[in-house]
Amino acid sequence: MAIHTEHTEVAHKQSFITKYIFSTDHKTIARQYLITGIFWGVVGMILSWLMRLQLAYPNQPMPILEKILGKWAEGGILKPEFYVALITMHGTIMVFFLLTAGLSGTFSNYLIPLQIGARDMAFPVLNMLSYWVFFAASVVMLASFFIQTGPAAVGWTFYPPLSALKNSIPGADLGATLWLISMALFIVSSLLGALNYITTTLNFRTKGMSMGRLPITVWGMFVTAILGLLSFPVLLAGAVMLIFDREFGTSFFVPSGLVLGGQPVPHEGGNPILWQHLFWFLGHPEVYIVAIPAFSLVGEILATNARKPLFAYKVSVGAIIGIGALSMIVWGHHMYVSGMNPVLGEVFVITTLAISFPTAILVFNYLVTIWRGNLRFTPAMLFALGFLGLFIPGALTGAFLATAPVDIQLHDTYFVVAHFHFTMATSAAFGMFAGVYHWFPKMFGRMMNDKLGKLHFWGSFIGVYLIFFPMFFQGIAGVPRRYYAFTEYNFTSQFLGLNKFITIAAFVAGAAQLLFLFNFFWSIFKGKKADKNPWKATTLEWQTDSPPPHGNWGPETPVVYRGPYEYSVPGAEEDYIPQTVPVKVETK
Amino acid sequence: MEEKQSKFHGLLFLFFFVFGMIASVWIVLRNGWWLPELASDRETIDRIFITIFIIAGILFVISELVLSYFIFRYSGQPGKKAFYLPGTTRKEILWSILPGTLVVIILEISAEFLGGASLWGKIHGEIPKDAFLVEITGEQFAWSLRYPGPDGKFGRTDPSLISYDNPLGIDISDEAAKDDIVFPAGQGIMYLPLDHPVVLLIRSKDVIHSPFLPNFRVKQDAVPGMTTRTWFVPKKEGEFELACAELCGLGHYRMKLPVVVKPMEEVKQWLSEQTPAGDIYY
Repeated sequence: MAIHTEHTEVAHKQSFITKYIFSTDHKTIARQYLITGIFWGVVGMILSWLMRLQLAYPNQPMPILEKILGKWAEGGILKPEFYVALITMHGTIMVFFLLTAGLSGTFSNYLIPLQIGARDMAFPVLNMLSYWVFFAASVVMLASFFIQTGPAAVGWTFYPPLSALKNSIPGADLGATLWLISMALFIVSSLLGALNYITTTLNFRTKGMSMGRLPITVWGMFVTAILGLLSFPVLLAGAVMLIFDREFGTSFFVPSGLVLGGQPVPHEGGNPILWQHLFWFLGHPEVYIVAIPAFSLVGEILATNARKPLFAYKVSVGAIIGIGALSMIVWGHHMYVSGMNPVLGEVFVITTLAISFPTAILVFNYLVTIWRGNLRFTPAMLFALGFLGLFIPGALTGAFLATAPVDIQLHDTYFVVAHFHFTMATSAAFGMFAGVYHWFPKMFGRMMNDKLGKLHFWGSFIGVYLIFFPMFFQGIAGVPRRYYAFTEYNFTSQFLGLNKFITIAAFVAGAAQLLFLFNFFWSIFKGKKADKNPWKATTLEWQTDSPPPHGNWGPETPVVYRGPYEYSVPGAEEDYIPQTVPVKVETK
Repeated sequence: MEEKQSKFHGLLFLFFFVFGMIASVWIVLRNGWWLPELASDRETIDRIFITIFIIAGILFVISELVLSYFIFRYSGQPGKKAFYLPGTTRKEILWSILPGTLVVIILEISAEFLGGASLWGKIHGEIPKDAFLVEITGEQFAWSLRYPGPDGKFGRTDPSLISYDNPLGIDISDEAAKDDIVFPAGQGIMYLPLDHPVVLLIRSKDVIHSPFLPNFRVKQDAVPGMTTRTWFVPKKEGEFELACAELCGLGHYRMKLPVVVKPMEEVKQWLSEQTPAGDIYY
């Protein structure tokens, strides 16, 4: 079962197009995902800057904005409908295009075959298709920025009737149609990817690579793929139903008797809450589709750079599976005040609090992993440690929102914004940065600059805290999210000064990301040449060349003799033993 | 050199968290950033919030300090070997599972047994018989209000009757509708009686809205096609704000309604001075 039959073709001639563009090589596809993800990260960050400018300086003309945005900022003041488009696109881009496709697409593709000792994915052509469908989704999403009515502006959660009625806001017109088409393509792409990751993990492991010897990264990507496979189709169904409501006169989500802007709406019999169930049935597992890969990359990097085995590997794997399973039954905690049956609310309180159990285990195991270690501060290690530093406040504040009565007060306030930016947004981005710094030498055969990497880390880590920590207190004071300005209410206007502070922090943290961009692209061409195994790591990918050849291994695929994290084993000469080193049999 | 650099990052983590925590406490206390002043009977929400705040706060301080201390204390030194701890023995596995269990038990207790479940049941359970009724209807981007009048009953509405003159579509042929008091979108103030149960019947004409009364710890989505409801007892006299908490379009941020709490007699007096629907619509 686990033994993978040899491919006959190890190296064959490739043209530029088959090597770099329509490539079926998982390593090239991973790099394509990474660079597309970085592109989207930059777009998402620029959108957040525009939002922050508006929040810090409401009603103050900034002529430069009119130059850049044209009619969306007439007189240098951002229009409210464009602000709503900004929050919608920032959320969509960051959650799906950066932290789902960019994160899973990069590391599942890159690491699964290399870490299990396979030559490529199970279905290389499907894999290529997965990237190019994602590329098409990206093009459609990007195109929506350049149309007359602007990109989708109904919140990334796309709640109907706002999203179903085209004249509810300019961004509910063509922009929303393009959003739905793009997301449908995106889901197809993610399903093609997930099928591949699952099949490859189950069937393509090399000799000796039992499931119990899989690196935690592969476990993470594997569980993530299963989650995606089970939950994304539900959103696809929802998106298709919404397209039908918008274009073909069905009424899945729009009830009868609505009057929008004085005009009766010709729909009848639908229910808007149905969409919320369909959306969050994906939406909540999606949080873990983002978080689990980050968690698993971090686990691997912590063990490698603490020079210690990942503490309680089996328990940690169990915790990841537990998180994955529980994440499918907690979606209702987004809907405590939605008008959903209140009895369901109580059920979701219990399942949601239960998910803190495996999560706490995982965090604790990671802390014990660095306890009494011999920590080596590579940029990857700093980002992995920073991940823990960000995830902790995120996870703890989940307890407030999980508790239904407290959520009545905090729901849809900045408390939620702060909470999810800590738990699954910035922490996952930190996991992704850690992964990029760690595997960059393998991916591109060169080292990234260490000093710039560390500066990038500190700028980002301090920046994130300065941006999002104050938002907890804005939320506690009741400031609702998705507000174009804080000027209209007494209880929100007290924060106008704090908003300026947060905006400055956002620009400083953004400047730190420029260090990363420079470091990344400069190092691809000019970085120091990397060794096979620059971090003295144990897993299989470090036993082949940097970057690995087409087909990954020489004539023979590696054979695995031991678990993934044999660091600082007493009695061993070096402080690491690669998985390919045979266990000495002592003759008696 | 390498060793010095290691300690540097550890120290920076420690300094960042210690300094950051002290600074945060100071800034928050100095500015008084906290829950808005409580003006309803939902003090249980505050009690649970504060309990979780204390527990989560302690866990936050402990875990971030432990993390920073580990980073500082175990920073790498050349020639040193890490302590081999795979975590495979029964005792170690127990150690790995115990803290998580503890966290969950603490959270469950604070969330459920401090009155969370019973408050949830109360909010969504039976409504006191003599409650003061207000119907609030959201539309882009203002709220309409309706009071049931002396009969205590709302009259029938029909979307097909909605017009500029009859914005809620009141069916005046219904006897119960004749004494209803209607304030079209943007023209009303929500008057609530002090120390008396208030029921909000929440509706929407177009998209989802969500009336949010921060001082009353009240929020409930207005879902088109259905009437949601919530109830509470105002406990403080004065003027308050009602905001929209669910993204409803470009004017979401300014969908405001003033709320005034006064003794019951004054509210009744004020209501009796308003013109009932029967005298306006026909």
